[in-house]
Amino acid sequence: MRTEPGGCCCRRPVRANDCVANGEVRNGYVRSSAASAAAAASQIHHVTQNGGLYKRPFNEGFEETPMLVAVLTYVGYGVLTLFGYLRDFLRHWRIEKCHHATEREEQKDFVSLYQDFENFYTRNLYMRIRDNWNRPICSVPGARVDIMERQSHDYNWSFKYTGNVIKDVINMGSYNYLGFARNTGPCQEAAAKVLEEYGVGVCSTRQEIGNLDKHEELEKLVASFLGVEAAMTYGMGFATNSMNIPALVSKGCLILSDELNHASLVLGARLSGATIRVFKHNNMQSLEKLLKDAIVYGQPRTRRPWKKILILVEGIYSMEGSIVRLPEVIALKKKYKAYLYLDEAHSIGALGPTGRGVVDYFGLDPEDVDIMMGTFTKSFGASGGYIGGKKELIDYLRTHSHSAVYATSLSPPVVEQIITSMKCIMGQDGTTLGKECIQQLAENVRYFRRRLKNMGFIIYGNEDSPVVPLMLYMPAKIGAFGREMLKRNIGVVVVGFPATPIIESRARFCLSAAHTKEMLDTILFPYRLLQRSE
Amino acid sequence: MATVAEQWVLVEMVQALYEAPAYHLILEGILILWIIRLLFSKTYKLQERSDLTVKEKEELIEEWQPEPLVPPVSKDHPALNYNIVSGPPSHNIVVNGKECINFASFNFLGLLDNPRLKAAALASLKKYGVGTCGPRGFYGTFDVHLDLEDRLAKFMKTEEAIIYSYGFATIASAIPAYSKRGDIVFVDKAACFAIQKGLQASRSDIKLFNHNDMDDLQRLLKEQEIEDQKNPRKARVTRRFIVVEGLYMNTGTICPLPELVKLKYRYKARIFLEESLSFGVLGEHGRGVTEHFGIDIDDIDLISANMENSLASIGGFCCGRSFVIDHQRLSGQGYCFSASLPPLLAAAAIEALNIMEENPGIFAVLKEKCKRIHKALQGISGLKVVGESISPAFHLQLEESTGCRERDVKLLQEIVTQCMDRGIALTLARYLEKEEKYLPPPSIRVVVTVEQTEEELEKAATTISKVAQTVLL
Repeated sequence: MRTEPGGCCCRRPVRANDCVANGEVRNGYVRSSAASAAAAASQIHHVTQNGGLYKRPFNEGFEETPMLVAVLTYVGYGVLTLFGYLRDFLRHWRIEKCHHATEREEQKDFVSLYQDFENFYTRNLYMRIRDNWNRPICSVPGARVDIMERQSHDYNWSFKYTGNVIKDVINMGSYNYLGFARNTGPCQEAAAKVLEEYGVGVCSTRQEIGNLDKHEELEKLVASFLGVEAAMTYGMGFATNSMNIPALVSKGCLILSDELNHASLVLGARLSGATIRVFKHNNMQSLEKLLKDAIVYGQPRTRRPWKKILILVEGIYSMEGSIVRLPEVIALKKKYKAYLYLDEAHSIGALGPTGRGVVDYFGLDPEDVDIMMGTFTKSFGASGGYIGGKKELIDYLRTHSHSAVYATSLSPPVVEQIITSMKCIMGQDGTTLGKECIQQLAENVRYFRRRLKNMGFIIYGNEDSPVVPLMLYMPAKIGAFGREMLKRNIGVVVVGFPATPIIESRARFCLSAAHTKEMLDTILFPYRLLQRSE
Repeated sequence: MATVAEQWVLVEMVQALYEAPAYHLILEGILILWIIRLLFSKTYKLQERSDLTVKEKEELIEEWQPEPLVPPVSKDHPALNYNIVSGPPSHNIVVNGKECINFASFNFLGLLDNPRLKAAALASLKKYGVGTCGPRGFYGTFDVHLDLEDRLAKFMKTEEAIIYSYGFATIASAIPAYSKRGDIVFVDKAACFAIQKGLQASRSDIKLFNHNDMDDLQRLLKEQEIEDQKNPRKARVTRRFIVVEGLYMNTGTICPLPELVKLKYRYKARIFLEESLSFGVLGEHGRGVTEHFGIDIDDIDLISANMENSLASIGGFCCGRSFVIDHQRLSGQGYCFSASLPPLLAAAAIEALNIMEENPGIFAVLKEKCKRIHKALQGISGLKVVGESISPAFHLQLEESTGCRERDVKLLQEIVTQCMDRGIALTLARYLEKEEKYLPPPSIRVVVTVEQTEEELEKAATTISKVAQTVLL
C-alpha cells in the first residue's frame, strides 16, 4: 500500500464535501465514531486523516469547474439551442429536408406518439455528433478492436457502411478490466466444450425446468469467491436490480439511494413501491441526516415507524469514477440498523488486492454487507448478474425473486466462461494469471491517472478507480474529441447530457489489464498537444 | 410626465420628511424595525413543530427495531428446491437423476440441440469471445447484432427491429418508452408478468378488460370516449395503447386480432402485441399471429417477442416501423443501460432463423402434434385441458378445485413427480402468488415440440391419465 500522507494530493481547490483537505477532517461524523470503530477491534494499520475507519488513504477529488469554462459552455449550448430553433423552423416550413421517419398516413389523426419538445435535444444536438456512439465493431472487444467504418452524407441522419474496417484501434471504451474478453485461451476452450455439450439456449425458467447443474456449480463458486454463505445468479445484470429490489422491499419501507445511482437501481427502487430519498453523492453527512430523520420522524404524515431502511450504493460509480466510502457507510448502517445493498457492477474483479471488489479494497468483512450484488459483464467477460448474502436471503430470493419465476436462466457457455474466469482470478486454475492481471490493472490505473494529472487535465474520481473521466465541458469538444481520437486509431467514449449534468461533459476511459504501457503512452501522446498551459 | 418625476430630488424628499406629522414617522419607523426583525428571525419549519431534544431523538433511534431483511422461508416451500437438470435440457432430459422425455421446456421447434446452431455459435465464440463488455452505445454493437436486427426485420416484413439481451426486459422496457404518466393503456387481465412490470414502470393509467372479451374492451373504450368529450384539451395529448399477447402464456388462447384492429381504428388507440409464444409457432411461415389471421403487419404498431422459445437462444426483439422502433434506441432502459447480447447467442438466433426459413413445413407439423395431444388428453378424469388446440404450450388444471390453493398445488405436484418417475418430464406453472394481479389457478404446464414422436405423445397421454387416476381418486 502506498503510504502517501493522508488527504488529497491536489494542488487546486476542491469541493469540501468530497475531499479531505490537508490535515483537516471535514467529515465530522468520522471523528465521533473513531472511538467506537476502535472498540469494534478492526485492525487499524494506519490512522489516516480520514479517521480510524480507513486502513488506506482515500483520495478522491472532483475539481470545481473553472468560471471561464462554465460561462463558455453555457454560451456554446445557447448558440446550439438557437440554431436548433432555426432548423426546426426551416424544417417546419419545408425549406430544409426532413430526415426523420414520420407517422403512417392512416394514423395521422391519432394522438401523436412523441412530444415535439421531448426530442428537441435529440434532433438538434445529439444528431450532429451521433457518430461518436454506437460504433459497430467486428472483433473481440479486447485491448485492440476493429471498428467498421461508416459514412454519412446527410449529417448523421443515416449511416452507410463503406465496407472498410479500421483495424487495431486501441479500445478505451469497453468494460474489460481484467482482460478476459478474449477469443483464445482456457476460458474460450472451456466455453466451447460446454457449448458442444449443452447447446446455447435453456428455454425455461429457474423454477420450472431451466435449473441446470451448471447453475448450481456457478452459484457455489460465486459464494466462495465473495466470501458469503450463498449466492444466486441471473441472466441479466440490469434485471438483477430491477427484479430483486422489489422482492426485498415494498410499501412502508424506505430506500436511501445515492444521487448518482445507475438506472437499474432507480428502476428497481421505483418498482418496489417503497419511499425513496436521495442523499448527495458519496456524502456521509447527508446520508446520516436522512437516516436520523427517518427513524425519528417515521413515515410522512402517519408517523408510523418504517418497516425497513435499505441503503443503495454502488462500488464504483461509472460516470464519476468515484469509489463508495464503504467503511463509513457500514458504520452508519450498524448504528442505525439499516440494511446495505451494494452494487458492485464495476468494482468486482477490478478493485482489491485479490480482486474481490470494494469490500476487499477496504479490507472489510463481507458479512457486513447485507446484499452484495454484481454483474459478470465487466471483469469476467460474460453476461449476467448475481446476488450474494446470507443463506436466508438467498432462500427467500430463490422462492420470491421475479427473475427465478418468470425469466430464463443463464446460457450454459456463458456460465462456463464465468466459472473459468472466476477460478483464474481466485488462482484455482493453478496459474498466477489472475494475480498478474489484477496487479497489471492497478499499475495501469496509477500510471495513467498520474500522467494525465501531470499534464494538467481535470480528472474526476478516486485515484484507484479504473474508470477515468476526463472533463471536456464544452459541447463542441465532445464531438471533436471523439472524432480526433478515432483518426489517431484510439477509440474513446464521450458522454454528455443527459447522462451527465449539462456543463460537465466528459470523455471516459476504462482501463484494462490488457493495455500495455506502450498502448497507454500512445494514447497519452496526442494529449500533449491539447495540454493546458499551467 | 418624465420631467415631473425627475424633479423629485433628494432635497425635496428630506423636506417632505420634516413636514410629515410625528405619528406618521413613528409608525413608519416601527414598521421598518418589524421588517428587519422578521428578516433576521429563524424560519418557521412546520416539520419540527414537536421539537424533540437530542436525547429524545437518540432514544428513538435506540428503540427502533426494523423487520428482518427477509421473512423466513419454510424448508418445505414448494419452490425452494429446484429440479436439477444434468446435461442439456433437450428432448431427452435428465431431471433429478431420472431420464425423461421433455414436455416442459419451450423448445417448440426442437432447435435446442440442433448441430447447425451449435456450429454457428461456436464459430462466433471463436471470433468474438463470450461477452460484449459494454452497452450498445459504447463499443458493444457488433456486426452480428446488426445482422440479426436486419434478418428479423426482413423475416417479419417490417422496417426495423431492435434486439434486447434478455427476454423479460424486452416488453418491460418497450412499454415505458412510449407510455408515460397520464397516458392510458388497455390491457388484458391475463397478461403475463413482464407486461405487468412494464406497465408499472410506465406510471400510466391502466384499464383492464376481461380476457379476450372484446365487448368489455369496447365498453371501456366507449367510456374513455365520453371522458374525452368532456375534456377535449386533455384528450388531445393523452396517448392510448392496447396491449395484448398473441398467444397467452397463462391461458394458451389466441387473441382476436381482427376485432382488435377494428377497435384500434375506431377509437384511435395503438396496439402493442407481445408474441413470445406465437412467434415461430402460428402462421404459415411462423411469423406469428398477424400471419395467422392474415392482417397487414403495419396495422400493429409494435410487435415484441423473446428469442427464448422458438429460436432457442436468449434475448428478445421488437419490430415495427422505424418511426416507432427507433425511439427505443435512446429511451429503452433495457437497451441503453445494459450490456448487449453476447454474439454467440445472436449468431445462434440467426442460424435458427435460417432453419425456420428453409423448412416452413415444421409449423404445420407442430400444429398437427398439438392437435393430437389435445385430443388425447381430453378424456382424463379430474384434469381439464386449458388452451386452444393449436397452442403448443397449454395447461392442465384440476376439474374441481379442493377449495384451498395449497392443497391443489400439492396434488398437482404429486402428479408431476409421479409422471417424472415414469419418464415424462412435466412442470407446475410457476407464479408469484402475491405479486400477480389476476392469479391464474394452479396448473401443470405441458409443452409440445416438433421433436416428440407419435409414440412419445401416446405415452405421455397414457401416463398422465394413469397418474391422475391414482392421485386424484
